[in-house]
Parts: sequence; structure tokens; C-alpha cells
Amino acid sequence: MKKILLATTLLALGTGLAAAQDVVRLGTEGAYPPFNFINDAGEVAGFERDVGDELCKRAELTCEWVTNEWDSIIPNLQSGNYDVIIAGMSITDEREEVIDFSQNYFPPAASAYVALAADADLKGTVAAQISTIQAGYVAESGATVLEFATPDESVAAVRNGEAAAVFADKDFLAPIVAESNGELMFVGEEVQLGGGVGLGLRESDTELKAKFNTAIQSMKDDGSLNALIEKHFGPETAKF
Amino acid sequence: MFAVCADPKAIEGLTWLSCYLTSGKHLDFYWSFVTVLLLLAVTAPAALAMGFGGAMAARSRILPLSLLGKGYAALVRGVPDIVFFLFFVIALDQGLEYLKSLAVCADHAWPWQGLEFRVCQEAKVPLGASSAFWHQAYGFALAVFTFALVFGAFAANVLYGAMNAVPKAQLETAEAYGMSHGQVFRRVLMPQMWVYALPGLSNLWMILIKATPLLFLLGVKDIVYWARELGGSKTQAYEYPHPDWRLWYFLGLLVFYLCFTKVSEIVLARLSARLSRGQATAAGEAMRRAGA
Repeated sequence: MKKILLATTLLALGTGLAAAQDVVRLGTEGAYPPFNFINDAGEVAGFERDVGDELCKRAELTCEWVTNEWDSIIPNLQSGNYDVIIAGMSITDEREEVIDFSQNYFPPAASAYVALAADADLKGTVAAQISTIQAGYVAESGATVLEFATPDESVAAVRNGEAAAVFADKDFLAPIVAESNGELMFVGEEVQLGGGVGLGLRESDTELKAKFNTAIQSMKDDGSLNALIEKHFGPETAKF
Repeated sequence: MFAVCADPKAIEGLTWLSCYLTSGKHLDFYWSFVTVLLLLAVTAPAALAMGFGGAMAARSRILPLSLLGKGYAALVRGVPDIVFFLFFVIALDQGLEYLKSLAVCADHAWPWQGLEFRVCQEAKVPLGASSAFWHQAYGFALAVFTFALVFGAFAANVLYGAMNAVPKAQLETAEAYGMSHGQVFRRVLMPQMWVYALPGLSNLWMILIKATPLLFLLGVKDIVYWARELGGSKTQAYEYPHPDWRLWYFLGLLVFYLCFTKVSEIVLARLSARLSRGQATAAGEAMRRAGA
């Protein structure tokens, strides 16, 4: 009896929350093109902006965009400063221990090394963004990992010779390499890391997670998600 | 902003540059200078007030008050700034929301559940539905409070020292004339302590100017954040692609900070001269002789 009572109270509270929760705050980094970046008008733009807006429309939620430094993006989610992380965050076991993930909205993708020369020493000093799966991988590979707060700085470290190579998502690096006039090139093997990119949510927000999962599934089913991936990453990127 | 800027990739040269420098993002950058100056304008008097309160408390004859004043200065000065700006602010934010939740929430469950902090939606500060402006204003207010608390502790120590530096003979003379403690403090101690406090306070002001990039840790986008963001190399995904220009942006900031500290130095030097006039200090004596 006590349990049933508790369950009903929780349910009532849950629905009450959902009614009050008319604005869902989406937290992103805003420095990881083409996933998310601040465009020249000063607004959040990129693949995740399009996906996030569409998901909110399908789930009938009012969403607002917030930017937060990558390094503190998980603590601020837990502290309730926003409700969802949508920042190119790969689904990993370590992160699953502290937050929940929706199903992925970007398929598991390759990470790659980029350097100034084809014979760069990938066991030497390798740059990566702090707290990413790539930084973890580099540390385990035996190379010296040089961590930076933003992805852009990790690429700049290769350009100015601070690091022999940078290791990051291939989809982030591809446009940078393509536009470098041959200065930068992919070296070494590509590596498959993580279980794709998903939305990060608080473990207690199961209802919100279910809503987003349904919305992501509907975007996968009608092909609109693939269309957005192709729009932002080009025709060669892996799709669902 | 202008009609010619509608298609940035088709224009070049000076037109491109003028369009680039007036993009929405650059306007945000220019506004962030106002944010920083506003923060300094609000924080400096607030920190001075905190410091004055702390110094008065430390001098108090009531033991608990004196311990409070001394404890405040010792504790806050001993804790690294970064700890204050990373953890204290989160704790302050959660503390406020917890207190509010006691008043407005239907259930009073303990909000710290494992790694998560949960209060009902009505207890959020500011409310989730509030406009972005209120979120920014709240972040700014937290920043002002934290800066005032940290710099107030340093100011308290400076002012405490300055109060003790006023010659004791003068205070005793004032008492001999029959003035009360309050009158001695207001009429003799207060007007003279500033000249002793000024070198310490001007140091604090200079450090405060340079500490403003800590604003970014508090979620307020300051000039250093925007310089890094705008200067980073931009691919074709952006309207105005360009290589790594951080050097130029940071050079701009260097000029800004140097000009600002130079102006501060000039103002502080004048203030010091004004305060030394007629004082029983070496500087005051030198002025008297030069005038005579």
C-alpha cells in the first residue's frame, strides 16, 4: 500500500513537473563546427542546432539554447543549469556512469590524426581536447597527450609546432584539412571510438529522455536525420 | 548589418573587413567591453564596502565581531581564487535555490541526490522560462558578489592596516578634547586613513582589472572569451572564414588593458596627491614645504 501511494505521488509529481517544465534548456559548447558553433550573427548554429530545433518541434517542447565551456558541461547539467547536453558528446561507458544518454543521433564515427607531415611521430606529443574520448585514447596509446580547452586550440598547436599531431573526430577535422591548402594532412590509421553521439541527460530525467528518444527515432525513420547529416557533413559521411 | 554584407563570401578587401568587424558576433564582443567596465564599476565600491565592514569588525571591541572580521580576511585571502570562482559560485547558486525551494516547492526532498542537484522547477533561479537576459543578469550578479567577497577580504586587510597607521597621538588628543569613540573615528581616523590605504587599494584595483577574465568561469562572456572565440581559425561553415587570428585579437586586448591601467595610474596618482595635502606624512610635509 505504502509503495503504491509513493508511486502515485511520484507519478503525480512527475506529471506536475512535466507541465511546469515548459522550457527545456539545451546546453552546447559552441566551438565544434560543423556540430555546433557560434555563427557570425552570434547565435548557436550547425548540425546540432538543426537537429535540436527539429527534435524539440517533434517532442512539442519549447527549447532554449545555452552555451557552456566543454570542461564543465557535465557538472552544470547535474547542477540543473540546463536540461540537455547537445554538444557532439560521444556515448561512452565512463560518461554513462554519471549521466544518461538518449539513443544516438549521429552514428559511431572515426577519429583521425592530422599533422603537418606524413611522417609525423604519432607516439610523440599529440594534441587533443580535454575530457574527450580522443584524449583518453591518446593517453592509452603511449603518446604524450597535450590537452586543450577548445578543439580549435588543439589544431592550432599542430600548426605552430607545439604538438606533432592532433587527434579528434574526423568529421570535425575534414573541413579544416580540406581548407588548409595542403598544409595539414591526415596521417596514420583511423580509429573507431565511442557509440555515436547522443544527447546527455540527468539520470533522473527519464521522461524527457523518452520524449527525445521517440523524436530521434521518428527522425531516423523518415530520413530527415540523414538529410541533415548530409547537409552539414557532406555525402561521404556515415549515415543511419 | 549593411546591405552589402548580405553575401560575405562574394565581397573582399576593405568592404569584407568592415562587414566582418560589424558582424553580430563582433557587436557582442564590443558589448563585452561594456560588461567588463560595468563589472569593475559595480565591484570596486562593493569590495571597498565589504573591506570597510571587515576592517571595522576586526577593530571592534566586541570579541565575536572582531573574530568574524579577522576570520573573514584570513579565510578568504587564504583560499585560491580559482576555488572561489569554480566551486563557491556553484555552491552559492545551489544554496539560493535550496532556500527558495523551502518556500515555494510542494515537496521538500533533499535536493542533493548523488551527483545531481534537483529542486522543483519553481525554485530555479532564475526560472527556466525566464529570458536569456535574466540568466545573464543572474550570472553577472553572482560574479559581482563573488568578486566583492574575494577582493573585499584583501581590502579589509589593507584598510585594517591603514586604520592602525594613523598616529595614535592624534586619536588620544581627540579623546582628550572629549570626543566619543564614534566622533574620533569619523572626524580624525577616517579622513586620514585613506592616504595610508591608497597604495594597497590601488594594487587591488590593478589586480581586479586583470582578474576580469575569471568572469568566463562564471558563465559571463567577457572580452578574453570573445577574443579567443573570434580569433580562432574559421572554416567555410562560417560566413567569414579566416585563419588563426588570435594574435591580433589578443594584441588588441593588450592595448586595451595597458591603456586602462595607465589611465588608472594617472587617476590614482592625482588622488594620492589630493589625499596627502595637509597630512602628517612625508608626502604631505613635502607638499607643505613646496607651497611655502
